[in-house]
Amino acid sequence: MKPLDSPQIPRPSGASDPIIAVTGLTKTYASGFQALKKVDLEIRKGEIFALLGPNGAGKTTLISIICGIVNPSTGTVTADGHDIARDYRAARTKIGLVPQELTTDAFESVWATVRFSRGLFGKPPNPAYLEKILKDLSLWEKRDSKIMTLSGGMKRRVMIAKALSHEPTILFLDEPTAGVDVELRRDMWNMVRALRENGVTIILTTHYIEEAEEMADRIGVINKGEIVLVEDKHALMQKLGRKQLTLHLQNPLAALPAGLQSENLLLSADGMELVYTFDTQSRDTGIAGLLRRLNDHGIDFKDLQTSESSLEEIFVSLVRGRS
Amino acid sequence: MNLYGIKAIYLFEMARTWRTIMQSIASPVLSTSLYFIVFGSAIGSHMAQIDGVSYGAFIVPGLIMLSLLTESISNASFGIYMPKFTGTIYEILSAPISAVETVIGYVGAAATKSIIIGTIILVTARLFVDFSIAHPAWMIAFLVLTSITFSLFGFIIGIWADSFQKLQVVPLMIVTPLAFLGGSFYSISMLPPFWQKVALFNPVVYLVSGFRWSFYGVADVDVGISLGMTLVFMLACLAVIAWIFRTGYRIKA
Repeated sequence: MKPLDSPQIPRPSGASDPIIAVTGLTKTYASGFQALKKVDLEIRKGEIFALLGPNGAGKTTLISIICGIVNPSTGTVTADGHDIARDYRAARTKIGLVPQELTTDAFESVWATVRFSRGLFGKPPNPAYLEKILKDLSLWEKRDSKIMTLSGGMKRRVMIAKALSHEPTILFLDEPTAGVDVELRRDMWNMVRALRENGVTIILTTHYIEEAEEMADRIGVINKGEIVLVEDKHALMQKLGRKQLTLHLQNPLAALPAGLQSENLLLSADGMELVYTFDTQSRDTGIAGLLRRLNDHGIDFKDLQTSESSLEEIFVSLVRGRS
Repeated sequence: MNLYGIKAIYLFEMARTWRTIMQSIASPVLSTSLYFIVFGSAIGSHMAQIDGVSYGAFIVPGLIMLSLLTESISNASFGIYMPKFTGTIYEILSAPISAVETVIGYVGAAATKSIIIGTIILVTARLFVDFSIAHPAWMIAFLVLTSITFSLFGFIIGIWADSFQKLQVVPLMIVTPLAFLGGSFYSISMLPPFWQKVALFNPVVYLVSGFRWSFYGVADVDVGISLGMTLVFMLACLAVIAWIFRTGYRIKA
């Protein structure tokens, strides 16, 4: 599924089949802390879904329930049509998980640990496939090294190799690039894209908004155990995004002329720039009218630029607005 | 049935055994050899026969049992405690493997290791004292049954323990005293009548007695009762493990 430029374009057939369906999911821990409050969520086959949320929002709890590590209090989850409780074997065979924490064995070799993972998930040995994974992740040279001797970035890749060892069609990446250097982050993004091209559905949680902005087809925002919104990334940015038009003036203005006074129009301190904020969704952005009025007042400009608000700004305003 | 999964866990655990071969196998063999030198040869030569068996030979089954108990518990408890401690248990929990299969993998490996150790000790003992085995098939049956039962018990302790201290405390504070007081080094008929009754509450008495019967055909308690008690303890462990997996006790929030 290619990222959609506009919600009006019809989706390719099959794209809306949920590969994961979460219905009425709640989780209250023994401590009484309610981590999830009636979560409903559908993940589409073949997409990259980014789950955003502040610390403690319930991201990891949600993923842990889907993967079978935490028991839900109420609600159901299906993975590729299989109920994760009743039909856990079929459901879990489809799923690979890369948890947030770097939890690896210490004394095993890289090769032994990926072989272990594959067997654990009930797959017959396939050294050629495992070799390919390790090569793709630049771990092949380290296959006989003990995991404890590897760097943090390499351990992270070992965990990804383990998650991919049983050929899952759904991959969960819980904060995959936390504490990872820029180069490795780029590599990981490329790897995720390559997986998606092979038909793997990817659900990632992240703190890095740029990561969601760069990678995701759709974005879900979770806050205080509730899904605040789920939206196509482009639609979300269009819907919530505000654009700014900046005009660089020919001559400085001391003040805005009376006829131009508007809460959307600001004059910079040095009087050289006019900043106009508008909503991309409204029918009339008011740009044409503004330019006409500037002309009427004899204000010339030498350059203009527009800028869009980033996902980060959208995210911050969403989370603040609801809390 | 996820046979590949069982095999993966089993081989992973056995790899740990081979990797720590000195600690896993050499150290119990060494400590048992010391027992034979001190109790079997040095002190044993001054002891009277018990039930027509020389003292050195008399303690062989008890010593093997002692090692089986402690090794089974420590192997199995460590095997499941470590993934909990390091966090790698997430992978077991997220895998398409049932509770029964997980237990077969972990307990099977721990029991295998105990059986290997028991066999090595048996061979080592033969170097120090002369003995014969009256019922070899029953001897093997008790060896295997005890290893499995106490590996199950160790698995429970490994799940229950949330610190290394707790992991050590049960084998050290409960199992070792029970093993020493369970007739490993003496026949409970040598005890005063009151303590003979008390000893019957010690499950280890039945294990040692049954195991010794398989060697020399003499026992403190009837061999059928020994076998029955071992099976009862095994079923109790299985019931607790079933409960652990149903409730997710200490492994699943």
